[in-house]
Amino acid sequence: MGALLSALLSSIRGGVHPETRKFLSAESPIEPMPIPALLRLPLQQHIGAPAEPLVARDDHVLKGQLIARARGPISANLHAPTSGRVIAVGPFPAPHPSGLPVPTITLRPDGADRWAPRLPRLRPEDAEPEEIAARVAEAGIVGMGGATFPAAVKLTLRDRYRLHTLIINAAECEPYLTCDDRLLRERAEEVADGAGIMARALGVTKIIVAIESNKPAAAAAMRRHNLGLGHPVQVRVVATQYPMGSEKHLVRAVTGRETPARALTAELGIVVHNSATAQAVHLAVRYGEPLLSRVVTVSGRGVARPANVQALLGTPVADLLAHCGGLTEDPDRLLLGGPMMGQPIRSPRVPVVKGTNGVLALTRAETRKAETMPCIRCGACVRACPCGLTPFELNARIQAGDLEGAAAVGLLDCVSCGCCSYICPSNIPLVQGFSFAKGKLAETESRKHQQEETRRLAAARTAREEAIAEAKRAAMARHKAQMAEKKRRAAEEAAQAAEEAPAEPQEAAK
Amino acid sequence: MITAAASMSALGLGLGLLLGAAARKFHVKTPPVVDEMERILPGTNCGQCGYPGCRGAAEAIAEGGAPVTLCPPGGRDVALKLAEIVGVDCSGGPEISGMTDIEPQVAFIFEDHCTGCTKCFKRCPTDAIVGAAKQIHTVIWDACTGCDACVQVCPTEAIVLRSKPRTLQSWYWDKPDQPLAALRTGAA
Repeated sequence: MGALLSALLSSIRGGVHPETRKFLSAESPIEPMPIPALLRLPLQQHIGAPAEPLVARDDHVLKGQLIARARGPISANLHAPTSGRVIAVGPFPAPHPSGLPVPTITLRPDGADRWAPRLPRLRPEDAEPEEIAARVAEAGIVGMGGATFPAAVKLTLRDRYRLHTLIINAAECEPYLTCDDRLLRERAEEVADGAGIMARALGVTKIIVAIESNKPAAAAAMRRHNLGLGHPVQVRVVATQYPMGSEKHLVRAVTGRETPARALTAELGIVVHNSATAQAVHLAVRYGEPLLSRVVTVSGRGVARPANVQALLGTPVADLLAHCGGLTEDPDRLLLGGPMMGQPIRSPRVPVVKGTNGVLALTRAETRKAETMPCIRCGACVRACPCGLTPFELNARIQAGDLEGAAAVGLLDCVSCGCCSYICPSNIPLVQGFSFAKGKLAETESRKHQQEETRRLAAARTAREEAIAEAKRAAMARHKAQMAEKKRRAAEEAAQAAEEAPAEPQEAAK
Repeated sequence: MITAAASMSALGLGLGLLLGAAARKFHVKTPPVVDEMERILPGTNCGQCGYPGCRGAAEAIAEGGAPVTLCPPGGRDVALKLAEIVGVDCSGGPEISGMTDIEPQVAFIFEDHCTGCTKCFKRCPTDAIVGAAKQIHTVIWDACTGCDACVQVCPTEAIVLRSKPRTLQSWYWDKPDQPLAALRTGAA
């Protein structure tokens, strides 16, 4: 009853209630997967700069060995998920809708699964917060809810903000996905410990685990393991509503406070981490295991045996699907992530990466491809928008080519949750248009930046050329002066000689 | 001798003053739009427009002799901004609407053909080419403006302009179809 009441109260503005279809995989426990024949590890599995490869072709690597190092402050390390031989370091299609080639390390596992020396163990109870953050960075842990922001960067926020609460995001609002649900049910203790470790790194004592009301088993498991490093872990059941898992919306639902537009939740003193990230932190700090695998939900009606699989990073999607009995029919769409915000992929050869929480094979019956009709100004999208925007107006401006106008009415506050497209009775591809507009705006911005850079480079070149010319002139002048001096001296000497020469006979004459 | 010196200096002084006065009186102010336009132009003085540098191009546009679409590296964005300054008078050249939103171009060096003659990197206005004598040269794409200067000087024709390769960072979704497009085709 209390849970129900709390769920009723903890809701967000707008949002939609898509059919969750979590039953497909919710009851299948997390299962390990045999090591696939090849692992493809893109150097960029995170937001920020791509990692720098440390291995070359034909190198033999051990499980957990660092194979690519973070470059710059916003980047992440990458480790070999198993032992084997590197057979290529080069471009391979990215797990991304564009399918563009990205630098990738291809590993052929030797099957021995031999560990390299693990990272030294850390006793989080005595460790300094900085040590914990450094260990998390070393282990290459990123936000595993899909945003893939390097987790260590978020653990050092206490330098800049006064923090008081850590929220563990286990809302899992996307339909189909059950990986966080299963993780909480089966490994609640590890998640609670990871949350406690992160709380220590952040210097906060209040830990809240937010779970949607449709996952009572996960909430119960979490209530059983309600201590993280000595701090009480509070379980908060929130309404089953999409997009509850969005960081800012979750904070709104749990604390009732609204994060300012385009600001961090840290401004409210709150940091949000995903539950899978918490578990990865637990493994990294307690056991010195870097991030090598993750739980992936393989689901959709197109999959013969929907399941939650503990897959090594770099496992090709095709192998994962084959492990789950293969496809029952030709899927209409193959997605990485959930059906609302997931990215369609072109080929099943692309690998699972750190941010892949689901692999969905959706059949024709599950995807709705209806004809787009004109906007009837019903306002359904405005009611559904969790960010308080007016999607129909944004869309009209974007269609008219007025991107600045769209930005002026809040395009950049859109979180691309897709509620508007979902709810639209005319099937207008609203969020797709917003994605286009955001990309286009970013491109314009980068071009402007490049023009400034070009001007700077051209000016630097002109300045350098002038300096060279000036130096040449100066050298020339110096040379001339020297020559003149030489001449003068020669003339003087000659004059002196002449003076001395005739002087003698004069003297002689005297 | 004194009269000669005095008359010459008087003449010099008088003519000097005359020149000074004339410079003041007939001073031609560069219109401020030229400066403004020069700021918008890329500033690499690549010479593709056929005028002596970006300043020359800006002056030519200000005089009305050149179309606003004259700058190929600047592309459509620069043309639009120039048109905003000089008004929509772009009758001198192709219409802006006809000017397609060309993809940014960058130089690409075929390494097999590069002899390391250093001509191109001496010519590059943004120092986007690196190399040394008898070493293969290469282009830093982030700094290249696709101004064509290197292509023209290469003695072995080893440089071509290509559209800038797309990366995950620069990729974005295509614009979805207009809601009415389906209906229109249905009616047709």
